[in-house]
Formats: sequence, structure tokens, C-alpha cells
Amino acid sequence: MRKDRTEMSEDDDRSPPLDLRGADIAESSNKTRNCSGVSGSGGPVPGPGPSSMEFQAPYPDQVLENVLENVLQFLSSRRDRNAASLVCRSWWRVEALTRSDLFIGNCYSVSPRRATARFTRVRSVSIKGRPRFADFNLMPPDWGAHFAPWVTAMASAYPWLEKVYLKRMSVTDDDLTLLAKSFPSFKELVLVCCDGFGTSGLAVIASKCRQLKVLDLIESEVTDDEVDWIAFFPESGATCLESLIFDCVECPINFDALERLVARSPSLKKLRLNRFVSIGQLYRLMVRSPQLTHLGTGSFSASEGMAHGEQEPDFFTAFAACRSLVCLSGFREILPDYLPAIHPICANLTSLNFSYANINADQLKLVIFHCHKLQIFWVLDSICDEGLQAVSSTCKDLRELRVFPFDAREDNEGPVSDVGLQAISEGCRKLQSILYFCQHMTNAAVIAMSRNCPDLEVFRLCIMGRHRPDRVTGEPMDEGFGAIVMNCKKLTRLAVSGLLTDRAFSYIGKYGKLVRTLSVAFAGDSDMGLKYVLEGCPRLQKLEIRDSPFGDAALRSGLHHYYNMRFLWMSSCRLSPQGCQEIARALPRLVVEVIRDDAIEHTDETVDILYMYRSLEGPRDDAPGFVTILQ
Amino acid sequence: MESKVAYDNELNLIKATELRLGLPGTDDREEQALFSARNNKRPLPDTSKECGSKKNSDARHVDNETAPPAKAQIVGWPPIRSYRKNNLQPKKSDQAEAAGIYLKVSMDGAPYLRKIDLGIYKGYPELLKALESMFKFTIGEYSEREGYKGSEYAPTYEDKDGDWMLVGDVPWDMFMSSCKRLRIMKGSEARGLGCGV
Repeated sequence: MRKDRTEMSEDDDRSPPLDLRGADIAESSNKTRNCSGVSGSGGPVPGPGPSSMEFQAPYPDQVLENVLENVLQFLSSRRDRNAASLVCRSWWRVEALTRSDLFIGNCYSVSPRRATARFTRVRSVSIKGRPRFADFNLMPPDWGAHFAPWVTAMASAYPWLEKVYLKRMSVTDDDLTLLAKSFPSFKELVLVCCDGFGTSGLAVIASKCRQLKVLDLIESEVTDDEVDWIAFFPESGATCLESLIFDCVECPINFDALERLVARSPSLKKLRLNRFVSIGQLYRLMVRSPQLTHLGTGSFSASEGMAHGEQEPDFFTAFAACRSLVCLSGFREILPDYLPAIHPICANLTSLNFSYANINADQLKLVIFHCHKLQIFWVLDSICDEGLQAVSSTCKDLRELRVFPFDAREDNEGPVSDVGLQAISEGCRKLQSILYFCQHMTNAAVIAMSRNCPDLEVFRLCIMGRHRPDRVTGEPMDEGFGAIVMNCKKLTRLAVSGLLTDRAFSYIGKYGKLVRTLSVAFAGDSDMGLKYVLEGCPRLQKLEIRDSPFGDAALRSGLHHYYNMRFLWMSSCRLSPQGCQEIARALPRLVVEVIRDDAIEHTDETVDILYMYRSLEGPRDDAPGFVTILQ
Repeated sequence: MESKVAYDNELNLIKATELRLGLPGTDDREEQALFSARNNKRPLPDTSKECGSKKNSDARHVDNETAPPAKAQIVGWPPIRSYRKNNLQPKKSDQAEAAGIYLKVSMDGAPYLRKIDLGIYKGYPELLKALESMFKFTIGEYSEREGYKGSEYAPTYEDKDGDWMLVGDVPWDMFMSSCKRLRIMKGSEARGLGCGV
């Protein structure tokens, strides 16, 4: 279900900052030996950018470069490509020519001009913008991450662009219009956690992108301009649509237009409806598209106008007809009575998202006992520990579990706890990724999971009560998280919570050698905590910390590593402007943003938010007033 | 919560200006009677001990009268995207306005909760009959003075103010709009209700 996103977060962590080296290579080209071993061979001094050598008579290296081009085009992993580009100037140039998928992990680390100048034959672009903590309102809005300069640059540089994937970017309707007009072969648009656009922009995409295969809007904010965007797809002829995901669009949809669209989209495999589609309407869509593999059911509830006693459609048969269905989500306003309708497909499901469905353990059991093949399961804590026990007894193949809180406050009773976590660890031995919100936890349960689930790569535990110790022993949660980093040898992502001392961080620094992403909140005692991590974790790429007592001395201890990271976020910690200034001076290629948040009360001079990242471009020119870039 | 505070203030004012025989500072019982008479509420035993086993508790445990005031909500904590938060909350109010009024019903001693749609019942007799068949028990005869007689059980509900009331005390329409959830009490608690005031 979220496979693409997991891939996107991989980083080129094996090699040092590449572009910094790349620039050096271009400048010292005369000294570099080329592949054929002939030094000082013909041809002008090359630099980054479209090679003018292509138009000259072939020289000895040209043949080799052609061969290299034919070979390198098969290289798909960007880590491999990054490594290949460092071999020598020639490889750097050819790799740049053959890279078709461009991934920009931080939109401010490189400018559109520089990126398009180096990579000239790109078909697919992925760009990530805002830091993740901005999702939780920890940063004032309008911080940046605008798509506009990127789409403007690409409009001229990449006429054959087919795919755009954006995460946490601000995209306007004008941007979407420019996109639709500039790329005649455009096929896939995926917007994850984006904002700034509305139904008008969607309408332009629908009407102008005739080759559109994928239109995926995932957890994005879409303004309701009251434009009937679904009706803007071409009225006649079959569409190329394979995936249409709009479950996050919070405005009513023209159902008749949608139904006609689905009817003439024979390749449609993924359809995720928003909550304005009733279960009756869902039925009509399902009978038109039994070939679906991924379905988001919309509200899964009757619409208001439905008369009582009206003959209910045969949902059971409709689901039974969808023999290829493997991924089910939606249930935005679920009427639990309808749940049994999904029984026919439960045995085939590999992915089930109940995270908007307020169902209890009983109701879950009706369904989950059939889901033997389930690998991905997202659910609300309304199912309680009892529901999790049911999951653990049936879903032996479970790889990813996310348990969200129905009532996200600190002080409620807490329907799931260490009991549920323990049960999952005992039943789901193949677990790779877990996100678990709870009120109370014990070290014992976390330690049990560390032992029972050795394949864990992602462990994110959110004990919602801040500074909460072990429910049974009253001790800090140090030992639990320590066991996770110690026993889970494949761990790359960790989020910690509960009462934690510096000891927990010493464990992370000592054992978390593969950790790339670390999230910390309300934890630690002193600077030592952060020091342990910065000195101990060589693979650390993304570090986000809030409300923890780490200060300037701790920040200093990471100087050797910051160029290897994508970003560091620290909010409501103990940093001073001087401490941050020191970092900015020591590392010229780091952009050090100090962000003022007027919502934060403080009496002293500490920095509200520090957000820093490596960049080739220096301070950005679109920073809003509340952002100060230190130099 | 707010209405309770305002109400208490009002009560204090009344007490202060009340004309009565006897020395000031005496007579708590009268005050209690005054309170109950004004809003027709029967004093119920403390319900906080109900939240024992996690199996019975709702996912969303509502503040009861004895709960301390909630901690000030910290910005961005817990880390749930506002998109997700917003899309769970509206559902509750939607349910009240849409075709169904869905309520949780629990019964003392029964392991699982049920959900009912209050909107499909036209009055108390229908509702009580449905409860009886759902949980396989009998409700006694209702009288305004004595509550439910002739049965171990008494159906109660939690209203908008967070108070636990006996089902049937208020007119049906008022009940429909103020009822937040139902609980079928058993044993001494139930009997205690009957001879409340």
C-alpha cells in the first residue's frame, strides 16, 4: 500500500555528499584520467551539462562512452548510479545522460537549474519538501517548498517528462496548469501530503493530460473551488487510467460523471473513493470494474436519502466478483452492519486499512479471521487489545501494522496497551514495520517484540502520555528501546517515547548502526543524550527532535556528520542563536534556518525551531519573514 | 462541563439568598433534594469504578464527573496529522444528524458492547423491548417514583452533561437528543436507583 513511499525514503548513505564531489571532478578535469587510459585526449574540457562532444567526430573515447551509455541505462537503483557517477569524469557524464528517474530528497538541497543542467534526459521526477514535523503544526504555514520553480525549469528542460511524485510540497493550480500544458507524454501524478491547489487544478490535469494513467492524491489538502473536476476527463473513448486515488478530497463528487469515467477505463486497477461516495454508489462502481486490485470504499455507509425498506444491493456478490482485489481501504463512515459484505475477498487481501473505521473487537473478528494472507494492516485502537489478539492469531504473514488512536489525547483510558503489543509480537513473527499509539506500555512487551520480531526495520512507538514510565515497574522505557536497537539488526527507522533518560540514547548510539531516521520527543536528560546519537550512528540521515533538553554542546558534537544528513530538526530544545551560528560558520554548505514560532511561549533566548540541511545553493531566496538563515 | 460550573454557581446564589428556618450552615440533605428536584436527576453511585477491564471500556472514554480537568493540549502532540484528526471527529456529529443516531450500549457482566441506532425506535417501549432481546434479560416495570421494579436490571443512560440517568425519566424527544450512551446496570446499583430521592 505504501511501498512507493518506503522506497522513496532510501538514501545514498554509502557515499559522501555526491554533488560536492561532482563539482570538484568537473573543475579538476584535466588532472583526471579517463577510462581509456589515454590522458589529455581530444575534446574540450567538459563541465556539467549537455555535452557538446556529441556533435564532433567520434574520438577514441566516444566508442567507449557509447558502450557505457548502453550499459548504464540498465542501472536503476539511484545508489548504484550515484556510486557509478563517482568513478571518473566520463562515467559521471554518461550516468547523467542515462538517468531517467530523478530523486530530490530535499527540494532546497539543489536548484532546479542545476538539477536539470546535469540530468538532461529525465522522465520521472520525485521531490520532497517540508520537514515531517510540519505535518503536526509545529511550524508556521507558508514556510516554502514551492513546486513552481521546479515545474518552470522542467517545462523547458524535460519535454518528455512522464511522471511527477511530490511529497510535502506546495503546489498551486497554476503549477498544475503549466504541468498539463508542458508535457504531452505526461502519465503519472502522485501528490502526497501536498497543499495549495484545488479542484480547478485537478480539472486542468483531467482535461489536458490525455495519456494520464495515474492520478493519486494521498493525504493532500485540496481546496473546494466547486469545480466538477471529474467531469473534465475526456467524455468519449477509453481512458488510459490505471489508478485514480482521491480519498483525501474533501468535497462532493459528481457521481454520474465518475461512474461514466470508470465504465470507460478498462485498465483501471486502483480506485480509492472519498467519503462522499455512499455504499450504494460504491456498489454501482464495483459492478463496472471487477478487475480492480486496490479499492478504497468511500464512506461505506448509506447516504441520507436512502429510504428504509428499499431493496439493498447485493454487496456480497459485488465483492465476490472482484477476484483480484488485494488491497482494501476507505470505510470512512462505516456502518458496521455492512462489514460482512467483504467476506468473499478477505482470504485474498494482502492489505487492509481500517484506520478510519471505528469498529470494536467483535466487529473486527468477523472479518480478520478470514484474512490469512494479510501483510499490511492499519487500524484504529477502537479494536482494543482483544482485537489485536485476534490479528495476532490469524495474520501470520503480517509485515506492517499501524494502530492509530481514535481519541488522540493524553489523558484518556487507552484501549490498547502492552498486552496488544505482546500479542502481536508472539503471533506476527515476520513483522517488519510497526507504528503503535498507546497510553501505557511496559519494557517487557517492547523487549518481547525485539526478540520475537527480528526482521523489524521500522519501530515507532508513541506512548501518548508524555514522560510516562513503564506501567508495571515505574521505570523509564530505556531498556525496552535498548532491546530494540540491540536485537533488531535490520532497524533503519526508530521513533521513541515515554520516560527516557540519556541511557536510552547511549543504547541507540551503541547499537543503532543502521538507523537512518530517528524521531525524539520529550526525552533525555542532558546534552549527552544527543551526543551519543550523533557520535554513534553513522547512517543517520534524518533526525527530528522536539521538546528535549539538548543544547549547543550537543549540537556541536555532530559537526563531523551533518554533511552526510538530509536534515536535522530541533524544536523547543535548549539551543541558543549563538550555538546555531557556530554551526553555520563551521559548515558553509549547510543551510541553517532558525524559525520563529509565535505560538511557542518562552521567556529566554532559546531558538524555537532549528531546521538545517546540506545544500549546494546557499540560503534560499523564498524564505518567509519568520525564517532567519544564519551565516 | 461548563454548564455544570454555571449551574453550581447558580445554586450557590440560590442557597445564599434562600429563606428558611434553622441556623445557617446546617442541612446538606435539603440542598441535595433541591438539586435533584430542579433537574429531575437521581443521585447515582460513583461510576468511576466501572472502568475496570479494558474489554468493556470504550475506545473513547468520556470524562466522568470525578475526572480531573484534562491537561492543556500540547501543540502537535500526539503526532497525528490534522487530516486524520479532522476526519475522525466530524463523524460523530454527522452520525447524530444523519439517518442514524448510533449509541453504544453496555451491560454489566456482558463481555462486549453493542451499538444501536436510536433513530429507529419510536418510543421507550420499543427501545426497551429491543434491549431485552439484544441482551437476553427482562426489564422490570417502570414507575416514576420507584424506577424499575421487579428486575435485577435497570437501563440507564449518560446525558450531555455527563450525568447518569434512568431511562424513562425524561420525555422521549429530550432523551433522544441528550442521550450519549446506554448502560444496563445490575444488582445493588440498580436497586439503589429505584429508591433514589
